[in-house]
Amino acid sequence: MTVTTERPGALPVKPARGRIKCIVWDLDNTLWNGVLLEDGDVTVRPAVVERIHELDRKGVLHSVASKNDRDAALAKLRELGLEEMFLHPQINWNAKSDSIKVIAKALNLGLDAFAFVDDQEFERAEVAHQVPEVTCVDILELDEALARPEFRPRFVTDESAQRRAMYQGQIARDELEQEFVGTSEEFLAGLGMTFTIAPARREDLQRAEELTVRTNQLNSTGRTYSYDELDALRESPDHLLLVASLTDKFGSYGKIGLALVEKGADSWRLCMMLMSCRVMSRGVGMVLLNHILRLAAGAGAAVRADFVETGRNRMMQITYAFAGFREVSRDGANVVLEADLDAVQPPPAYVKLEIAE
Amino acid sequence: MSSKTQILDFIRGRYPQAEIDESQDIFALGFVNSLFAMELVMFVEKTFGVTIPNEELRIDNFRTADAMSALVSRLSSDLAVA
Repeated sequence: MTVTTERPGALPVKPARGRIKCIVWDLDNTLWNGVLLEDGDVTVRPAVVERIHELDRKGVLHSVASKNDRDAALAKLRELGLEEMFLHPQINWNAKSDSIKVIAKALNLGLDAFAFVDDQEFERAEVAHQVPEVTCVDILELDEALARPEFRPRFVTDESAQRRAMYQGQIARDELEQEFVGTSEEFLAGLGMTFTIAPARREDLQRAEELTVRTNQLNSTGRTYSYDELDALRESPDHLLLVASLTDKFGSYGKIGLALVEKGADSWRLCMMLMSCRVMSRGVGMVLLNHILRLAAGAGAAVRADFVETGRNRMMQITYAFAGFREVSRDGANVVLEADLDAVQPPPAYVKLEIAE
Repeated sequence: MSSKTQILDFIRGRYPQAEIDESQDIFALGFVNSLFAMELVMFVEKTFGVTIPNEELRIDNFRTADAMSALVSRLSSDLAVA
């Protein structure tokens, strides 16, 4: 995941649509009616809860910034059945701008991906002043705000509803990793990862399109493909469109890789390969590549790969190089690499590879 | 400490169970995954203050501590000339 750092004073230049990836909620007189520590009993606002669930299904994350007693507030959220909706809730007496920064760091999202909902003008003003990238919303204007394009995700896929669970899995993994004593190899082995490669199905295409648009660091060509283009390629007998997904004992990382191969009789052309940065630290970047090399070797075809040096995808260049690819021609930043099919490496011992037909 | 020793120490630190010498092909041992590859490139660049140009990003330059050390010398002398 990339952290977007805006220059001070510069406003977000990204398209507004779907910019908000996480909403940070106040509790007293926002999520519920009343002040927990004063009134003792508070009543939840069903309309707000409904909005939270709705956005959660569309893949928007939620968190909390509340000045409250942490244990009492968490107990109340638990009682309301809402505790698991909120990632990294910040319930303390610190400035809410600080709480939002903590959440942004923990989720590895840029501050411009955040909205903050509070009933108190003071809190909204403090956040607006300290972190102007954050979109502040008065709870009284919630419905009007949520109708704006930045609150409507660009992509709603079968994976969107799983996004929170994927982050929760990641929190559990991070905790394990912090406590882990031993080599990273041993840590990876303890995750029990399964890497699945399958031909793209129609229901994968939205996520596939999203991956081509979102992934820059681990993208071999930086090309994007539309849903319709991907659908045509999926059906084409001369092409192979493969989707990779990863799971471990903490759950699914979702669909994290995509490769497009044009199959010639003597030579296959790897037009595009990308991996989500979700799995950057999992040592699985070569698994999909090596699978394609094995398929080509089986078909008696050489493999040439298009590579466009974008400056941001050096990681992918290293992956190709270490899978035994060599440069055979170059036109500026456009490079053609060729694989050495005599040296195809098996998947690492810590990953179980499953191939679906 | 020579660059070769530093590289060997780095690899041994990551794979303490293996006995690796300077001429051993670490790819043949099945150690190298995409994560380690990336770390190896970053380690070499940071430790020896060099930038590995894309045309030098080849598996043969990283197979052994000997090869990596030769790459570092080559890149450092380029630097000195420039």
